[in-house]
Amino acid sequence: MTSLTINGPARLVGADINTDYIISSRRKRVTIDPDALQLHIFEDYNAEFGQSLKPDDIIVAGKNFGCGSAMEVAVTVVRAAGISCVLAPSFARAYYRNAINNGLLPVICDTSSIQEGDTLSIVSEGNDIHVTNTSRDISIGAASLSSMMIEILKTGGLTEYLRKHGDFPSEI
Amino acid sequence: MPSSSVTPATISEKILSAHCGRECRAGESVVCKVDAAMATDGSAPMAIDYFNKMGGKKLAEPQSMIFALDHYAPPDNPATVELQDRIRRFSEEQGNTLYDIGAGIGHQLMIERGHVKPGQLIVGADSHSVAYGAANVFATGVGSSDLAAVMLTGKLWFKVPESIRVTLTGKLPNGVDAKDIALEINRTLDPAEASYRTLEFQGDGAASLTFEERMLLTNMSTDAGAKAGVFAADATTTAYLNAGDDVGVAVHADKDAVYALDLNIDLDQLTPRLARPPVDGAAAEIVGIEQDLGTPVDMVYLGTCTGGRKSDLERALNVLRTGGTKHKRVQLIVTPASDRVYSDLATEGMLAEFIALGALVMTPGCGSCCGTCGTIPGNEKVVMSAANRNFTGRMGNAKARVYLASPEACAAAAITGEITDPRTFLEAQQ
Ligand code: SF4
Repeated sequence: MTSLTINGPARLVGADINTDYIISSRRKRVTIDPDALQLHIFEDYNAEFGQSLKPDDIIVAGKNFGCGSAMEVAVTVVRAAGISCVLAPSFARAYYRNAINNGLLPVICDTSSIQEGDTLSIVSEGNDIHVTNTSRDISIGAASLSSMMIEILKTGGLTEYLRKHGDFPSEI
Repeated sequence: MPSSSVTPATISEKILSAHCGRECRAGESVVCKVDAAMATDGSAPMAIDYFNKMGGKKLAEPQSMIFALDHYAPPDNPATVELQDRIRRFSEEQGNTLYDIGAGIGHQLMIERGHVKPGQLIVGADSHSVAYGAANVFATGVGSSDLAAVMLTGKLWFKVPESIRVTLTGKLPNGVDAKDIALEINRTLDPAEASYRTLEFQGDGAASLTFEERMLLTNMSTDAGAKAGVFAADATTTAYLNAGDDVGVAVHADKDAVYALDLNIDLDQLTPRLARPPVDGAAAEIVGIEQDLGTPVDMVYLGTCTGGRKSDLERALNVLRTGGTKHKRVQLIVTPASDRVYSDLATEGMLAEFIALGALVMTPGCGSCCGTCGTIPGNEKVVMSAANRNFTGRMGNAKARVYLASPEACAAAAITGEITDPRTFLEAQQ
């Protein structure tokens, strides 16, 4: 099983961040192109924060990240901003699935000790994920992923997975 | 399917077992055959893109793939028209069901037009697809990529959820609504606890609810943070679905089924609630209506997949009739959930009453709910809405303040121009 390491600075958002805060649903009536939508990321939550996001940032949230609408642009817009990992103590499940399907790694872990700008290192190895706050030398326990999720992430997302396999296996 | 040799199961576990071809229990991952799937103009264009990229040529089950143009009904700019046209072209090619602008909200149409039967497994590319659980269905919201997987294969993988047993006892008092039950659940239940779990509604209180009240509770189970919400099937279900010969396969929870959590609500004790506009991006605070009485209201919204059905509009009108007139400051918007609801209002004379009150009656569909079509509230304006969520910016203006309440409480505010306990009007009636 391949291992994957992501390093970057923590960018903090609050609890119960809904998908409309990530990208307002009124934006997607004009385009669903993530590169175009990315210009408006987090605008109804905190436009300044959205504009300050940089590729390789790691979004660190409170509980229930991605609640509200199941709209998938709320994941593709984060990917388009160059971000490949979100940490939260819990995710709304549609967001969690959409993340996996688009190659955004959702990590369920206690985020309370992480401060804005801390350097984080996330290593995924087999089904397990290890989170280290290297700024504070703290290692944080994270929930592991199911084999199906790993398969999808490893292949590069659900599109690539189904392109390659054409179907789901009968047992997973 | 039920056999005495297997461990007791919840409704969710039974429906998923029946669709993956083996007995499964909470925590397992399974691949299931999906009976029907729905996408809206908000999610279908992206699903079509994923489907094409997956190498899709033909829908696996065109007869059970339903598209509804409801979020941008009608559209207000050429780019949106083009997104909708892509859906129309795709459906034309594939031969699947398409409900065009004006037919209504996809969730309402799924139930109204007979796409939903007890015992089924249904997904929709919209979070409120959980609503079909009222019909004893395991239904959950998915993103466009998962929907595309269903388009391609007719299947999807699921993690079998644990369930929370929500026991309702007693009967709703006059002027207290299923909406108040939903708000009470959302007030009590931490979304982190509800997450990845099904709310299974039980008890004599659940059995006493009408089908439309049950739909409200399953609809808003996603706003509680749950994966699904489900009721058992009974005579109320059969009568409402009017499904013809194929009445589905009713599924009941086993007596000793294992639940992750118990939540009990005594309907007799329930009072009207409100979800306050969120402050600084936090979740909406839910309080008893008595805490905010007198707050001036500028707009009242009756509609959505939560509060736009015939019974909702009927109950609101009942309060409005008692008041006699609408407060002149208040803009009253009525958006029927479907064309059928609209035409029922017309034939039963309610439409004329709403118009006489000065209501703006809008195209059936999502309307003002998520700010993508319909009327938008002004800066600093206060809205009382029968909808399910009120995130900042939700109705198209991040500077408006949206309260959520029952249709009766919305109607009471339309009369007085301020937050008002609807029971004052209903008591006056008796
Ligand atoms: S009415 Fe509102 S909540 Fe319901 S499907 Fe439409 S936008 Fe979503």
